[in-house]
Amino acid sequence: MADKTISKARGDDSSPLAISLENINKTFGSVQANKDVCLSVVPGTIHGIVGENGAGKSTLVSILYGFYSADSGTVAISGEPVRLRSSADAIAAGIGMVHQHFMLVPNFTVLENIILGHEGGSDLKAGARQAEASLKSITERYGLSVDLQAAVQDLPVGLQQRVEILKALYRGARILILDEPTGVLTPQETEQLFDILGTLKAQGVTILLITHKLKEIMAVTDFVSVMRSGEMVDHLQTAQTNPQQLAQMMVGRPVLLDVGYQAAQAGQAMLNAEHLTVTETSGVTSLSDISFSVHQGEILGIAGVSGNGQSELLEVLAGIRKITSGTVQIGDRKITAEQPASPSEVKRLGLAHVPEDRHAMGLILPFTAAESAVLGYEYADLMGGRSPILSPAVMAAHCKTLMSSYDVRPAEPSLKSNLFSGGNQQKIVLARELSSQPDILLVGQPTRGVDIGAIEFIHKQLFAMRDKGCAVILVSVELDEIMSLSDRVMVMNEGKSMGIVRKADTDIQEIGLMMAGVTAASPRQQKAR
Amino acid sequence: MNASSLPRWIDIGLLPVLNLIAALTVAGVIIAIIGENPFVAMGVMIKGAFVYDGALGYTLFYTTNFIFTGLAVAVAFHAMLFNIGGEGQAMIGGLGVGLVVLFLDSVLPPLLVVMLAVPAAAAFGAVWGVIPGWLQARRGSHIVITTIMFNFIASSIMVWLLAGMLMAPGQMSPETRSFADGINLPLVYEVLQMAGFSVSRSPLNLSFVIALLACFGVWYLIWRTKLGYIIRATGHSERATIYAGHDPAKIIMLVMAISGALAGMMSLNEILGVQQRVILNFTSGYGFTGIAVALMGRNHPIGIVLASLLFGALYQGGAELDFEFQTITREMVLMIQGLIILFSGALAYLFMPAVVRIYSSLRKPTGSG
Amino acid sequence: MADLWLQFVLTIDATLRVATPLILCAMAGLFSERSGIIDISLEGKMLMSAFAAASMATLTGSPFLSLAGGILVSVALSLIHGFACITHKGNQVISGLAINILASGLTVTLGIALFAQGGQTPFLNKSERFTDIVLPFAEQAEHVPVLGTIYKEIISGHNLLVWVALFSVIVTGYVVFRTTFGLRLRAVGEKPEAVDSAGVSVSGLRFQAVIIAGVLCGIAGTYLSTAHGAGFIREMAAGKGYIALAALIFGKWRPVPALLACLMFGFMDALAARLQGVEIPVIGHISTDLILVLPYLLTVILLAGFIGKASPPRSIGVPYIKER
Repeated sequence: MADKTISKARGDDSSPLAISLENINKTFGSVQANKDVCLSVVPGTIHGIVGENGAGKSTLVSILYGFYSADSGTVAISGEPVRLRSSADAIAAGIGMVHQHFMLVPNFTVLENIILGHEGGSDLKAGARQAEASLKSITERYGLSVDLQAAVQDLPVGLQQRVEILKALYRGARILILDEPTGVLTPQETEQLFDILGTLKAQGVTILLITHKLKEIMAVTDFVSVMRSGEMVDHLQTAQTNPQQLAQMMVGRPVLLDVGYQAAQAGQAMLNAEHLTVTETSGVTSLSDISFSVHQGEILGIAGVSGNGQSELLEVLAGIRKITSGTVQIGDRKITAEQPASPSEVKRLGLAHVPEDRHAMGLILPFTAAESAVLGYEYADLMGGRSPILSPAVMAAHCKTLMSSYDVRPAEPSLKSNLFSGGNQQKIVLARELSSQPDILLVGQPTRGVDIGAIEFIHKQLFAMRDKGCAVILVSVELDEIMSLSDRVMVMNEGKSMGIVRKADTDIQEIGLMMAGVTAASPRQQKAR
Repeated sequence: MNASSLPRWIDIGLLPVLNLIAALTVAGVIIAIIGENPFVAMGVMIKGAFVYDGALGYTLFYTTNFIFTGLAVAVAFHAMLFNIGGEGQAMIGGLGVGLVVLFLDSVLPPLLVVMLAVPAAAAFGAVWGVIPGWLQARRGSHIVITTIMFNFIASSIMVWLLAGMLMAPGQMSPETRSFADGINLPLVYEVLQMAGFSVSRSPLNLSFVIALLACFGVWYLIWRTKLGYIIRATGHSERATIYAGHDPAKIIMLVMAISGALAGMMSLNEILGVQQRVILNFTSGYGFTGIAVALMGRNHPIGIVLASLLFGALYQGGAELDFEFQTITREMVLMIQGLIILFSGALAYLFMPAVVRIYSSLRKPTGSG
Repeated sequence: MADLWLQFVLTIDATLRVATPLILCAMAGLFSERSGIIDISLEGKMLMSAFAAASMATLTGSPFLSLAGGILVSVALSLIHGFACITHKGNQVISGLAINILASGLTVTLGIALFAQGGQTPFLNKSERFTDIVLPFAEQAEHVPVLGTIYKEIISGHNLLVWVALFSVIVTGYVVFRTTFGLRLRAVGEKPEAVDSAGVSVSGLRFQAVIIAGVLCGIAGTYLSTAHGAGFIREMAAGKGYIALAALIFGKWRPVPALLACLMFGFMDALAARLQGVEIPVIGHISTDLILVLPYLLTVILLAGFIGKASPPRSIGVPYIKER
């Protein structure tokens, strides 16, 4: 049980636990999201909670923050039993939360966002003045400086996260919960965040870190609890475990963390981008002078923190976004600003696109799987070519075939797309795109929100495509994924290419620096273009 | 459990019926408050809608209007567009009919004029629908607000024309001159009489058949064509549609054109079927009723026909109520309509928690699950 | 020349009277929409409260009781709207539409039952209405050039509710932009999650907004039947609720610009009435229909982005559902 590891580690220290959860149960409809969950968090430590999507960590944390009430079980904060019926109760109990998707009002200033809900009276001006004063001491104590009058929407993501932390501290949090905080940060910004966490810990703040990134757990936590299928599997002292053990506990079986990269022989160039530039109507340049080429039988990984132009690059290549200047050459077709290509045309040129956002683009959630499996291929030969008539029978048969080849479960074409798990949804999209036997494959965030077992499968599929001679362009914010799959890596920062390197010639540190825009590739590496 | 996991018969059958009963119950209470017996009133309405001589014909006549405006709202809804402009589109459709007939009825044979007037109604209505569609697609103007505004603008245009340029000479009331003889859609009772059946008089005319054909057409378009697939896809996710290689802006405009055309054809029933001239306010709220019909009918032609029948019965029954009761007028129908829209539209899932509870407990024969 | 000046002044005077219900409804819409709830039912609330106020005035003889009645009824409709949209997360446009249609029908039905005058309420006499307040020295001021006429015609001689309407703009501006409640209101309209995670109730705020909207529409409706008019006539709101919505959008959801838009639309209305049948050199007859269509046309042009951008609060129309 939880107590054993914790009490062993604490020895004689008998001060009350920061958080003590006993037998928390929570059911949504027919799904039991949390089953007899126990948790003990020692004050002044950094405690990690790992688990796959759907393991129940978000539910648990939502209960701690008062979003949901547990069906049964007790919650004690600093030894005192509490009833957390709302966020207000949680805040009163000294719990602060930094959500994965920030809870900030974009067009308010930093100060307005921080005082929201704790304005100190009904007159705004007076309350704001008071808040500024007390914020000064907080920012100094924890080293979290930010321009209070800036509009939040103008701040970079790392600073916005800082505002979220400040908000929690301003409301008196002694326990800080961070939900997947590093998804939007560069490796360097992640280091900075962990420094801040260290400072907070030194000041006695207890930190609960929810993440699926095992490396971070190893790097920064004192204790780690593993959840699987709604239950707590075990609690460990971080120093006494390793990523393999944690991964196995998360999934329930030994997991291949690295699917086994094998160097490939690249053939001719299938796609050539030259000085690709995209400027938005707002004037912002999202892509600036990007040049690269992708060859048959290779995987080109595009690394970078999200929001640095990778999404725009994918969209340009897929024909969804217009080029401002520069060219993309696929076979004989030169795509330019004057002669743009539509998604249908690039499909005919042999390009397939697995989009980054399968919920908004890859699938249509309210459609059945059979209908989603036709998205983008309505006028393909398999659907009767140019005929305006849609045949439900043909759609269903096609979907059934895809489902069995790609092990989609349940293999039911008439099931609505949103009822499939993340991994199975992604498999449907992958199946649809790969079954058209593309020469060039664009893939964005292929394993986001996908459970570890399916990640294995998807990575294997991508290697298989590469080995069949397909040219694969892979965009991912998960550096590990880039490093394990790619033959060459192009790093993007603020719409520019920081260089293209052969994976064999580089390491994560160097890539991280390039992601932050710190160094461009050296001449040795530039040759890898 | 939520709406998508309930069995279909509950979602499209039981819940709408419960909503209807709730609306009628509240209406009944109000009728009781004003001193009349709600059950008697209900009886009068039913008799007035179905039983009396010619009642069914009148009911179906109103039903025709609602089928057109209901289909209009439903088609737009499949693209997630809220077309509140049915009133205006019907008015302008009627204008189209009027213009074609008034300019051509002395020049061309009646049959030809009628055959030109029918697509004119659709075309003019389509134009009045496509403009807000364009504004939404290319300028981002919220279609709800623009279609509301366009209703008012259409009304002003009609007043301006019917009291001005198009007004029948020598008259004081804002309406056009009557159409030439023979320019009208055949009346059903006349056709049946010619075939040997004796049926009471009613204004039910051929546009009823056109409406039913439109129902089939809409069903086929939405669920059996690729365009329909793309329309539904656009409604659910514009980004997915772009990803698939289509232009949401074009789809939106096309859908609004179709929607406007359907609403425009409502004018055939009134103007070419009965009035044989263009008058003010012939739409008299039918456009808004179309919204209620589409909601109740869950945007599916079969549901729309049933809901249109219900509202047709309401209208015809309401006329009978007005006739028989001193204290009740046709506004009573408006009130009932508002309640139905409230319960079927905004409070559509009001009864769902209770239904789910009862349904789940009925489905658990042994304590498993 | 002097005659033209007088005509102009009288038109401005009429503008204030015509704009009053628009201003009140626009402020009502501001509160509601700033909190994220679309309110198409300004029209229906105004109509229903006009009826309630006129009925109360007939039955009790007191204009202040009629104001109370009007406000109560409008708030009741707001609560229905709130229940459907906030508690039940229903479609806000449909709910608004339903209330409008319900009001149209219910007012006449109840009117016939109560007063048997075909849906109208009996004609109200002076003591039962809000009457014009003549300010001191108004008559004497006539002799003062320019300012005197303005004082006499435009400033003096309006009833209480006109002043309430103008005052409501100041109050709205203060509450929405200078108080804690206003900060939270604006936050809930942009990003309700931020408010929820701060420990403040999203539904609570939205209900408060919707109730405030009800109060303001209630005053507008009362004005229509007991101040501006002398009783309730069927459909007497005559689209004013929609024009108020248009003015709100025109004013980009800010109090003072919305006020100006209301005044502009009111001016058009007053001008149209004045110009009926009048011959203007060169142009000839101006059809009042063309002037009356201007508010709607201008709103469409604004929405099309041809006169600047109109961006509503970010979370408007979307019911707040906690993410699982």
